[in-house]
Amino acid sequence: MKEQLHELKEQVMEKIKQSNTVKELNDVRVAYLGKKGPITDLLKGMGKLPAEERPKMGALVNEIRESVTEILEERKEVLEQAAIQEQLAKESIDVTLPGRPVELGNHHPLTRVVEEIEDFFISMGYEIAEGPEVEKDYYNFEALNLPKGHPARDMQDSFYITEDILLRTHTSPVQARTMEAKEGSAIKIICPGKVYRRDSDDATHSHQFTQIEGLVVGENIRMSDLKGTLDLLAKKLFGAEREIRLRPSFFPFTEPSVEMDISCFKCGGSGCNVCKKTGWIEILGAGMVHPNVLQMAGYNPEEVTGFAFGMGPERIAMLKYGVEDIRHFYTNDIRFISQFHRAEA
Amino acid sequence: MLVSTNWLSTYVDWNELSVEDLAEKITRAGIEVDGIINRSLGMDNIVIGYVTDCVKHPEADKLHICQVDVGGEVTQIICGAPNIAAGQKVIVARPGAVLPGGMKIKKAKLRGEESNGMICSLQELGIEGKLVPKAYAEGIYVLPSDVRAGDSALRHLGLYDQVLEFDLTPNRSDALSMLGVAYEVGAILSKEVKLPVISYKASAEKAQDYLKLTVEATEDNPMYVAKVVKNVKVAESPQWLQNTLMSAGIRPHNNIVDITNYVLMEYGQPLHAFDYNRLETKEIVVRHARVDETIVTLDQAERTLNDHNLVITNGIEPVALAGVMGGANSEVHEGTTTVVIESAYFAPGSVRQTSKEVGLRSDASTRFEKGVDPNRVVDAAERAAQLMAELAGGEVLGGSVTFDELDKTPERIILSPDYVNNRLGMKIPMDEMKSIMDRLQIPTEAINGQLVMDIPTRRQDLRIKEDMIEEIARLYGYDEIPKTLPVGESTPGGLTPYQAKRRIVRRFLEAAGLSQALTYSLASPKDAQAFALETAPVTELLMPMSEERSVLRQSIIPHLLDAATYNVARRNESVALYETGSVFLGIEEDGLPKEVEHVAAVLTGKWVNHAWQGESKKVDFFVMKGIVEGMFEQLGLLERIEFTKATVEGMHPGRTATVWLGDTAVGMIGQVHPTVQNERDLQETYVMEMNLRVILETAAEELFYTPVPRFPSISRDIALVVNSDTSAANLEKIIHQAGGKLLKSVQLFDLYEGKNVEDGKKSLAFSLTYFDPERTLTDEEVVTVHSKVLDALTVQANAQLRS
Ligand SMILES: [Zn+2]
Repeated sequence: MKEQLHELKEQVMEKIKQSNTVKELNDVRVAYLGKKGPITDLLKGMGKLPAEERPKMGALVNEIRESVTEILEERKEVLEQAAIQEQLAKESIDVTLPGRPVELGNHHPLTRVVEEIEDFFISMGYEIAEGPEVEKDYYNFEALNLPKGHPARDMQDSFYITEDILLRTHTSPVQARTMEAKEGSAIKIICPGKVYRRDSDDATHSHQFTQIEGLVVGENIRMSDLKGTLDLLAKKLFGAEREIRLRPSFFPFTEPSVEMDISCFKCGGSGCNVCKKTGWIEILGAGMVHPNVLQMAGYNPEEVTGFAFGMGPERIAMLKYGVEDIRHFYTNDIRFISQFHRAEA
Repeated sequence: MLVSTNWLSTYVDWNELSVEDLAEKITRAGIEVDGIINRSLGMDNIVIGYVTDCVKHPEADKLHICQVDVGGEVTQIICGAPNIAAGQKVIVARPGAVLPGGMKIKKAKLRGEESNGMICSLQELGIEGKLVPKAYAEGIYVLPSDVRAGDSALRHLGLYDQVLEFDLTPNRSDALSMLGVAYEVGAILSKEVKLPVISYKASAEKAQDYLKLTVEATEDNPMYVAKVVKNVKVAESPQWLQNTLMSAGIRPHNNIVDITNYVLMEYGQPLHAFDYNRLETKEIVVRHARVDETIVTLDQAERTLNDHNLVITNGIEPVALAGVMGGANSEVHEGTTTVVIESAYFAPGSVRQTSKEVGLRSDASTRFEKGVDPNRVVDAAERAAQLMAELAGGEVLGGSVTFDELDKTPERIILSPDYVNNRLGMKIPMDEMKSIMDRLQIPTEAINGQLVMDIPTRRQDLRIKEDMIEEIARLYGYDEIPKTLPVGESTPGGLTPYQAKRRIVRRFLEAAGLSQALTYSLASPKDAQAFALETAPVTELLMPMSEERSVLRQSIIPHLLDAATYNVARRNESVALYETGSVFLGIEEDGLPKEVEHVAAVLTGKWVNHAWQGESKKVDFFVMKGIVEGMFEQLGLLERIEFTKATVEGMHPGRTATVWLGDTAVGMIGQVHPTVQNERDLQETYVMEMNLRVILETAAEELFYTPVPRFPSISRDIALVVNSDTSAANLEKIIHQAGGKLLKSVQLFDLYEGKNVEDGKKSLAFSLTYFDPERTLTDEEVVTVHSKVLDALTVQANAQLRS
């Protein structure tokens, strides 16, 4: 019997060795250790043995059973690991294949500039004012100190609809309308929008373009407030290191009038082709609201003052992103627009 | 305005500075210097030559072989100019010289003959052809005989000069004269201005004895001064005068005309010279033209006039178009001996109108249009008389013939320093302000703490206190203004709900994969109303630049289709664009068109394109519909919209829907008609356009949370066979009505037409979910309501249940 047992053990061990899957191994377990297996049979047959041999044999059978179980477990572990490895190997992919694109659209570069400016001024307590693109001559010119026959009207060749109606040539009529509507109370607005001039389209001219203007009216609004505001704007748009300078200029609706330059963001002021070797780049026009404009809108210029400024998002986008031809903004070539995909903090 | 810095230095001493620094200072003080022209352009080795001998080249008809004395040396130069001749003093570029444009002069052989340099025209020295005196326009320039061979030709031609290009703003017409520029530079540099000294010996004869003046149109011509100079010799001007005019961008003609132009540039006062004898009548009458009266102007054009055009006449017929151009009949010519100098003040509006009507803008008219200095009218006439005496040998008759009703009193402005400082945010002391006025040579007195300023008439741009604030600030320096922020009531600022929602719409469409386009508001009449949701009379431009952009659009779609075609033609085959913008409908009561903001989109090509995994899907109606629905969902309006089949011109009749928001048709969505697609070289293309204004002005219901369900829901699927023309929306409506409040949702999950389904029929499968928030539903309850649904579908939609 002892021999029988040892033979059995050898047999099981061989079977375990030959098992290559967890399932085959399980079959071995059932076949040898199961209720109908030979070890159970042996235990059952122990009754036939003399009483004094029984404990010894019992211990031997148990010992063999335990060792077989242990080896089974070890083998199982090995086979399970192998199975996992095999699966992993099978599931391996080429991680360099292209990902599934998330198809996002993006806003137009001009909207990008306009919203950046809007948001900056909103954070400083400004509202956004809008108005019609087809305007009355009165709001577009007269209310802005440009009476009929004023020589400065030559500066703006306009698209007229009738003698008194035209496509607005700037967003300033929104200022005139806002002042009129506010009836003497304080104003802090930003006016973005489309404007039109009778220009032939080329690399630097477009018969339709955009403008964004600002207007602050109230008691004790000073030119230093304009300068401080523009300084913050320049730093927001073109970087914290930017310096600004004001140069005297002329606009019929402001007095004094200025043009604002920023220190060149490309060369930092030493001179390059962006700044035409001057170190400065002209960005916008501004000034203190002309007393005639205040008066026409019902404000008393002795008591109330204001400042206004205006700029062209096209110009800013051209400078910021290095766009060389204004027509790109209106061609809607996907290869152009999609370059403005990236978000900017 | 071109400002020769050499000429400028005769009035104001700026020479402590470099030209660059001078330009920078002028710019910072308010007149933008656009550029600095170095007239010598780096040229060198260009001398005066004397042509001692000149013979035809034996081998070439058009060439001459010249022997040229270039100062102590005679050298051979081949010349191709038609006007070359022996005995001339000419400009010679010697071997080694570099001409503008980079042309290097070398010794050469021309048809076998040696040539040691080049005889130059003025153009070859970088002078614009239109400034070269007519006599030399087609050939080399010939210098006066008294110059010395070997001397620097550039010096003789005044080309060692730098010219400032001013970009003048319309208010600064005072700087349209050298004296005006001198006052400006004088103020900037705190330097004196040296005015020309006018002195000449007048003859005993009086101008009045020669000429009678009558001004009839006194409003348009409040001041007229005429002087008479006799015995002039019309000739070429001296070289310095010609040089000066060319530096100012004016072509020299003859000494008389050149003098009037010189004084125009010096004083900013336009002058005109008449040939006294050709006036014939010894009389000048200033009046308005008669209707259809004509004049042949100096440019030989006959012009027909109207009764508001101001003319100078000899009492019979016009001899000049006042302030705009002289007449050919009274022009100074070679044989002129007696000249009438006209210096006048013509009303700006009158000159502007006439100049515009006849299409003539001249140095004279641009100055009159802006208003000349009333106090320089007489000075300019005297200055011209002096120069005619000096340079043309003329004899100036005593006195002048004058009409003068022009107000020449200075404007007085009274300003308190506080007013200035409060507006600038500065603390400039009063004496500093006064000293700035002194620099500007504006007579100013400090009286009782106020500045009392008498503005010289040369500064017509200074009229109100704010103008003076600008003068003080710009000369004090804008760099000195501190940086502050407005103080006062704080305002919350922010977007209006409308503006915020517009941004939501844009962000959503971009998240959905569409990029924002920006197209023109102006369209062709053909496109203006195509695809329009609503049409109204079209708004047309009075003077369009092209047919293509002559009217305002009533729909955005045509331009978006243009953008799609543009992209497809450039192999960007998948296009997904949207735009928000105004359309313009008819005319409102206030005369303006009704501007309505729309949103529109175009889709063509692939929607999903993930090639290596084999996923690629063309756009279709339901892609666009999903986008539209998503947009309404973002705005909280999805429950309120409905799609109904529609017929729209230019759109596919079977694939177009009207979008309803409640009872209002707010938009259109569908496929572009295949014919239109073909015309525009597009494949299957889908568009939508919505009235964004109406949508954004519709308030969504307040967002309020519904409890997360605590009890299970029960689903039942049904498959129906119905007539092909039965709409899914209709079936859903029936299901909802019958299902009542226990029916939580209905979802279409299958649609089938074809095999196993009768012709004219289709099969749809819906999943219905029943739910009661208060308790678990029993089977019987679900069976009851579900049968009600099935009955309703059978009765109302003639639906057969499919097993
Ligand atoms: Zn630079």
